[in-house]
Amino acid sequence: MGKKNSRNRMNNEINAGSMADIAFLLLIFFLVTTVIAEDKGVLVKLPPWSDEPPPELTINTRNVYSVLVNAQNQLLVRNEPMEISKLKDNTILFITNPQKRADLSEDPTKALVSLKNDRGTEYKTYLAVYNELKAAYNQIWEEESLKRFSRPYEELSKTQKDEISAAYPLVISEAEPTKFGEEN
Amino acid sequence: MSKFSKKQGNTNPAISTASLPDIVFMLLFFFMVVTKMRDTDLMVGVNTPQASELTKLEKKSLVNFIFIGRPTAKFRDVYGTKPRIQLGDKFSNPDDIPLFLEKHRVTVPEGFKDRIITSLKVDGEVTMGIVSDVKTSLRKAGQIKINYSSKKRDRTK
Repeated sequence: MGKKNSRNRMNNEINAGSMADIAFLLLIFFLVTTVIAEDKGVLVKLPPWSDEPPPELTINTRNVYSVLVNAQNQLLVRNEPMEISKLKDNTILFITNPQKRADLSEDPTKALVSLKNDRGTEYKTYLAVYNELKAAYNQIWEEESLKRFSRPYEELSKTQKDEISAAYPLVISEAEPTKFGEEN
Repeated sequence: MSKFSKKQGNTNPAISTASLPDIVFMLLFFFMVVTKMRDTDLMVGVNTPQASELTKLEKKSLVNFIFIGRPTAKFRDVYGTKPRIQLGDKFSNPDDIPLFLEKHRVTVPEGFKDRIITSLKVDGEVTMGIVSDVKTSLRKAGQIKINYSSKKRDRTK
């Protein structure tokens, strides 16, 4: 009889007060073991490896935009020293060649950017140069997109994007680095 | 008069904390979504450079990471200060990359295997020699989509 009495008196509710503690414990565990995802970067497609030597290509020198970065992190563009800040605008000028100058590329589809670095080049500089070259193409694409479709490049459909990148193909060829300034 | 004094006495003044777990769980889920598990301890110091033309890495399960940098203070006595490659949780050399890629490749479902991206987390001060070796090794292993991990920088005019 006493038993029945106590059951009646009891509140039929589970005490959820410690639930918060458990949740906090989990929260702190996740805070400690995780890092905020900040995975962004410059996307690059490497050329596939082949054991055969590449075929001898005869490319008109006016179509090649050669960029050299040496072990002192200096830039030589088409045999002239250049500041990295001017690289983007010069690349755009080379690819589009609005005035049809005889020393710049014949046509955007024939233009080729050749990037070469030393083994002693700092990665920071290399990436900055690569970033500028990519920025040049991105700007060309953006302008072309506004001209043809009057919309920013990001909002284009796949076929429209393909159309633009067919007119201005991104070709950055990277030569095997020379062995200067290798770290020991 | 009795109107005011009535309520005092036998009422329980405790605030209900029943919704507190809900709030904390909400925080918990938020952090679980925006973060990823730190599955490897960094043994090399990596301070990635800045760039402006960035692409976001979408599917985390399709990405594998290669770290290149100088060993941290803890490992300096054994491994020196020369830049090293870290694959998974150990120091490696470029010859270990094909096996490392293959180990990741088997965990990726069929049909997504051509969308695997290798993220190179390279310290800005490292020279290109070691990076070139890694790139060559990646090309030989048939992994041609790579991503130079970098921090966001706004384009200066």
